[in-house]
Amino acid sequence: MIRIVFVLFCLFSTAAAHALDVFACEPEWASLVDELAGDNADTTTALTAFQDPHVIQARPSLIAAVRSADLIVCTGADLEIGWLPLLLRRAGNPRIQPGNPGYFLAADHVRRLEIPRTIDRAQGDIHPQGNPHIHLHPRNIERVAEALAERLASVDAENASQYASRLADFLARWESATDRWEQAAAPLAGMRLASHHRSFSYLAEWLDLDIVATLEPKPGIPPSGAQLAALLEQLTPNPPRGVIRTPYENEKPSAWLSERLNIPQIMLPYTIGGSSDSLDLFSLYDATLALLEEHNH
Amino acid sequence: MKKLIAIPATLVLGLSMPSAHAQNVAQEVRELRQLIMAMQADYESRISDLEARLAGAERQSRSAQRDAEDAIELAEQTAITQSSGASAPNTFNPSIGAVLVGRYAEVDNGWDQIPGFQPAGEIGTGEPGFSVGEAEINFKANVDARYFGNLTVAVVEEEGEVEVEFEEAWLQTTDLPYGLSALGGRFFSEAGYLNGFHFHADDFVDRPLPYQAFFGGRYTVDGLQARWVAPTPLLVEIGGEVNWGGGFPATANEDNSPGAWTLFSNFGGDVGDSHAWQLGLSWIRADAVERAAEDDPDAFTGNSDLAAIDFVWKWAPAGNPVRRNFKLQGEYFRRSERGLYAGLPYDADQSGWYLQGVYQFAPTWRVGLRHDVADPESGPLFAGTAIEDPGRDASRDSLMIDWSPSEFSRLRMQYTRDKVLQESENLWFLQYIMSIGAHGAHQF
Repeated sequence: MIRIVFVLFCLFSTAAAHALDVFACEPEWASLVDELAGDNADTTTALTAFQDPHVIQARPSLIAAVRSADLIVCTGADLEIGWLPLLLRRAGNPRIQPGNPGYFLAADHVRRLEIPRTIDRAQGDIHPQGNPHIHLHPRNIERVAEALAERLASVDAENASQYASRLADFLARWESATDRWEQAAAPLAGMRLASHHRSFSYLAEWLDLDIVATLEPKPGIPPSGAQLAALLEQLTPNPPRGVIRTPYENEKPSAWLSERLNIPQIMLPYTIGGSSDSLDLFSLYDATLALLEEHNH
Repeated sequence: MKKLIAIPATLVLGLSMPSAHAQNVAQEVRELRQLIMAMQADYESRISDLEARLAGAERQSRSAQRDAEDAIELAEQTAITQSSGASAPNTFNPSIGAVLVGRYAEVDNGWDQIPGFQPAGEIGTGEPGFSVGEAEINFKANVDARYFGNLTVAVVEEEGEVEVEFEEAWLQTTDLPYGLSALGGRFFSEAGYLNGFHFHADDFVDRPLPYQAFFGGRYTVDGLQARWVAPTPLLVEIGGEVNWGGGFPATANEDNSPGAWTLFSNFGGDVGDSHAWQLGLSWIRADAVERAAEDDPDAFTGNSDLAAIDFVWKWAPAGNPVRRNFKLQGEYFRRSERGLYAGLPYDADQSGWYLQGVYQFAPTWRVGLRHDVADPESGPLFAGTAIEDPGRDASRDSLMIDWSPSEFSRLRMQYTRDKVLQESENLWFLQYIMSIGAHGAHQF
């Protein structure tokens, strides 16, 4: 009997000493949690790089994952508006409700682009808080990392010093990588590209890329044949270098346009797992820049 | 400058004294050396002076750069603070949304009750021609750090009179630990899969026959719900409801005793990236007292037990529903009622089911097929009443196609081969569903 109690006690005490349960909405934040928390965190990611964060549903496995989370790390700026509020309500978990330390939104910590002056659905599925695809600018990663390390320390005070030292280590590596990327990517400045959705606005701002057109007539609205034909006519006199899109966006409009303009369609990895060589934030940036450089001739 | 003038003067002096030549040369060399050293010292002092000034300028420039960086940082932080807000269903508090539904129906005979079933609520083929359906207005927000509140009212016109109906008015806890939550007020029961959805979220113009037969469209609870989500990677959720309201199949009782109880459970998970599923089991026990439809003289008093099983399976390539996805959904209901109907002993086992598949074959376009059945089996005793056994099942086959150019608008066409009445009928529907205001929820 005592032995059974002891075994049970051991089971529960290991459960108590168990790593922080983190629920990351997107793979980029799962990767950042991994950089800052390492083995201290046990992370579940809601999405893969091949799933559109705007459209997925609050499916049962996600409810189960949020139920046990100590911290959720999501983009915010209404990117997950269709499914995250529902998960929060279904999960029965007070730790990760808005206003509590376990609720962390990355976009609250960066300067957002494309904040609409007027908010009207006739403009498409716009985000009143600006473009939420923030993670392809190294400065944003830096800002989010600083805020996230602070948050990890407040959720898991016991390991606060670890988060601080891991942050310092990460930032040192990130800043030197950023210098390297900026030197290598200098020739990309002014590169003209068409983009399926406004998924790369921050990347374009950082590298001074020139996004001359988006295939979607309005954010979140799939292009019709007539709209694509009009775009083709508009771009024919001076075609861009390529058509970029994320792995989760419909490839058909990109394929149609790139074939007629005789320019490449470039599927950028967009996030971790979007290409076989995008394994973490560093290699994601490496792979993205390599693809752009390859097509900048 | 004085020293530069002094150099030629010394040289002239030296040349004018040839007699003491050797002595003079040594003297001149000494003087020249002194001169050069003086010049060197002078230039060095000037250079070091310049260097000091340069360093000072550099310091100033660095400090100016730091100031500039600080200013940018401050500006950025201000921009962040001003532009950030909690991510809420919309920027208003509370979030407000309205849904507008309307349809055109091509119906010749139509029906408003299913033969063999006691009429429940407003069911059937509805009005022929164009009709504006209910306009639904929804308010929701966190009440405070403990509660979430939701209010839905529907504005409908019935027989020329505009009525405002309470569809939902509930509060839910958000701060209970261990996967627990409680809900109170008026809400859609968790029994059955489709019951938790608003009508405008349905994939077909009308609810499947078992929902119309057993719930009068949907089962609404006035009471309390408690549920618990287990700490497992697979979704395991169990819960119960107590209903004091009179939502069919229950009736509102005079005393304090509730009219109905519900037990429900949901299970669900993923299979790889591309598949997700959910299975639900539920049971409703209602104690009905004098349950009767409007304009129907016959009433039922007794126990009503309804068991339901529902299953949903969704597929999308790599779990990304943007281009193509498929949903297969089916539910089976079995109801046993024991008691008195119109004063006569009544003991009936009735059942119903539906199976439907909806396929999105291109962005914005979906097609769906549904077969739904209600099997009365009420026995021969009740000839001449609403529940007279028709001796056959009611069934329908429906085919729909809909187009959603954005997440907020949908146009639908539906064809139904209707075999609810003795004579089968072809029904055609056109329907629009438009939502304005708050962003809708992507419920699984």
